[in-house]
Amino acid sequence: MTRPVYLIAGGITKFAKAHPEMDFRLMCKQAFDYALADVPALTLDMIDGSSVSYFSDHFTRQLMAGIMVHDYLGLCPKPSRRIEGGGATGGLNIQNGYQEIASGRMDCCVVVGFETMSHVNTWKGNEFIALASDTNFDFPVGGFYSGYYAMMVQRHMHEFGTTCEQMAHVSIKNHRNATFNPYAQFPAQLSVEEVRAAQMVATPLTMLDICTMSDGAACLIVASEEVAEKVCENPVLITGIGTGTDAMRLADRPHSDVVLLPHESGADYENLRYPGVHSFRGGRLASKLAYEAAGIGDPREALDFVELHDAYTSSEIQTYEDMGLCRYGEGGPYAVSGRTFMPGLDYGLKLPEASQVPVNPSGGLLACGHPVGASGIMQGVFAFWQLQRTIEKHLGRAELQLAHPKRGAIHSHAGTGTYISVSILERP
Amino acid sequence: MDPNAKLPETQEGTVLFNLDPIILKHHWEVDYLHSYAQDSPFFAGLSEKKLLGSKCTACSCVYATPRAHCMECGSPTEWHELPPEGRIHTFTTCFFGGEAFLAETPFTLILVEFEGADTLFLSRLAGVPEEEIRIGLPVRARFLRNSKFKPTDVYFVAMDGAQND
Ligand SMILES: [Zn+2]
Repeated sequence: MTRPVYLIAGGITKFAKAHPEMDFRLMCKQAFDYALADVPALTLDMIDGSSVSYFSDHFTRQLMAGIMVHDYLGLCPKPSRRIEGGGATGGLNIQNGYQEIASGRMDCCVVVGFETMSHVNTWKGNEFIALASDTNFDFPVGGFYSGYYAMMVQRHMHEFGTTCEQMAHVSIKNHRNATFNPYAQFPAQLSVEEVRAAQMVATPLTMLDICTMSDGAACLIVASEEVAEKVCENPVLITGIGTGTDAMRLADRPHSDVVLLPHESGADYENLRYPGVHSFRGGRLASKLAYEAAGIGDPREALDFVELHDAYTSSEIQTYEDMGLCRYGEGGPYAVSGRTFMPGLDYGLKLPEASQVPVNPSGGLLACGHPVGASGIMQGVFAFWQLQRTIEKHLGRAELQLAHPKRGAIHSHAGTGTYISVSILERP
Repeated sequence: MDPNAKLPETQEGTVLFNLDPIILKHHWEVDYLHSYAQDSPFFAGLSEKKLLGSKCTACSCVYATPRAHCMECGSPTEWHELPPEGRIHTFTTCFFGGEAFLAETPFTLILVEFEGADTLFLSRLAGVPEEEIRIGLPVRARFLRNSKFKPTDVYFVAMDGAQND
C-alpha cells in the first residue's frame, strides 16, 4: 500500500540563454531557497534527502554533478540519487520523489533539476543532444533532433491532414501565454505569418516551431501527509503517475493496435496503423497508467489544464492525441479549436470554441525555454501553483491563474518518444 | 628540503572570455574507440553494396534497421538482405544540424520502408529537388565506392535516377 504524496513548495530560476554568474549548484540553491521560503515551518533537518536531475554530462562537463547539488543544498550525508532520462528527466525526477514518499522511505524529499546548455554554441549543443540517438545507425546520418521531429510531423500531416497553420497556433498560444510569465525566456505575441516566415530549420519546422536551449533550474518539495499538514497551508496531491517507453530508434516502430484509454473503443481506430512515427505509444501508455491510478475516466472532463512537453509545436499536437484530449488524427483541428487556449486572453486569432483544457498556461518549453533537466520540474511547479491558486503570488500577476482548477496533468517526454512520464496533480 | 622550490612556469596561457565572472575557454577533443560489436556485419555489408536487415528466428519479424535480438520476443535474429528498392515513408530537409553536420546542410533525411520489412531505415536522399520529395516516392539504394564503415555508406536516390547510372 502506498502513502499519499503531496507537493508542498516549488521554485524556479528565470530560464535564460546563459547564467554565467551562477553555476548549476547556485541555480539549484536559488530554486530550492525560493521553495523553502514558501514553507517557513519546514527546516533543513526535516528534509530526508534529495533526487537531483540533469540530462547531459556533456553540457555539465562535471560527472556526479547531482551530489554536488545535494551537498550545496546542505543535505549531506542524507540519501540522494541522480535521475536521468533525456527530455523526460525532470518529469521522471518528480516521479522518483513521489516514490520516495509513497514507499515510506522518506517523509520529505527535495526534487531539483537543472541544465546548463550555454557552455557550447547552439549547433554543438544540438550535436550533444543528438547523441541521445543511436550512435551506430542514427547519429552519423545527420544527428539532429529537429530533423527527427520534422519527419514525424511530415507523416502526421500525410496520415491526418495536419497543417503548418495548425502547428503555428500552438506557437502563438504558448508564446502569448508566456508574456504573462516573468520566468519565461522567450515571451512573444506572434501571428501565423510570422511563425511560418521564421527561418526554416527542418521542413516543415521553423525556428518558432522549436524550443530554445537554456540555462535554468527548478525545484519541488514533496512530502508525506504528516509533514504536509505540519508545514503547508495548501498542499497539492499527486494522485497518479504513469511512465511509458519506446525504442530509441525512430525507425523501430512496428505497427500494432492502439493502446486504448478508458473513454475510447477499438472501433475508433479500425484503420489506423499505430503507432508509426506519427504517434507516441509510450506517451499513450504513460497517460493510461496515470489516468488509471488517479481514477480518471475521460481526461477531457477530468483535467482542468495540462502542462505538456512542447519541445516542438508538432509534438504538442501529437501529445494531445496520446493523452486522449482528442482522438488520434484530430490533433490538428483540436489545436485551432480554441479548447487548449487560456480563457480571457487575446491571441489575435479567431477561435471557434471556448477554452476547455488549457494546455501549457506557463508558455511551455517553446516560450519558457528548455533547460532539459529542469523543464519537467518547471512545469510541475507551474501546475502546483495553478492548483494552489497562487499564480499571482509567485508571478506578480494573475492573468495565467485559472478560476477554479481542481486537477491538472504534467507530461515530460524524451528522445523520439523514448521515455514519457505523466503525473496527475490534484487539489485535495 | 628546499624552501625556495618553484614549479616550472609555462607559456601557453589561458583564453579568457570574461572577468566577472571569470569564463575560460577549453578545447575538448578525444580519440574514441567505437565498436559496432554485434552490428558489425551490417557495416561490412555496406562495403559489399549489400543492405542487411535482420529477421527474428522465432516470430519472423523483419527489421529494416538490424538488431541482433528481436524487440517483440527477445529471440536472436539472423541477417536478412533487404531489397535494393523501397519507398519514402517520411522525410525532411535540414537547413541546420548538429555542428558535425552543419557544413553538409541542406541535406534530406528519409525513413525508408521496404516490402516485407516491419520497421524502417534512416538514410539520406540525394538528387531529388526539395519540391519533388514526397511520401511514397520509390527510391533505390546507392553505395559509396570508398566505404567508410558508416551508415552513410548507403544513401538513396529516386528510382528514375537509375537510368543515369
Ligand atoms: Zn521475435
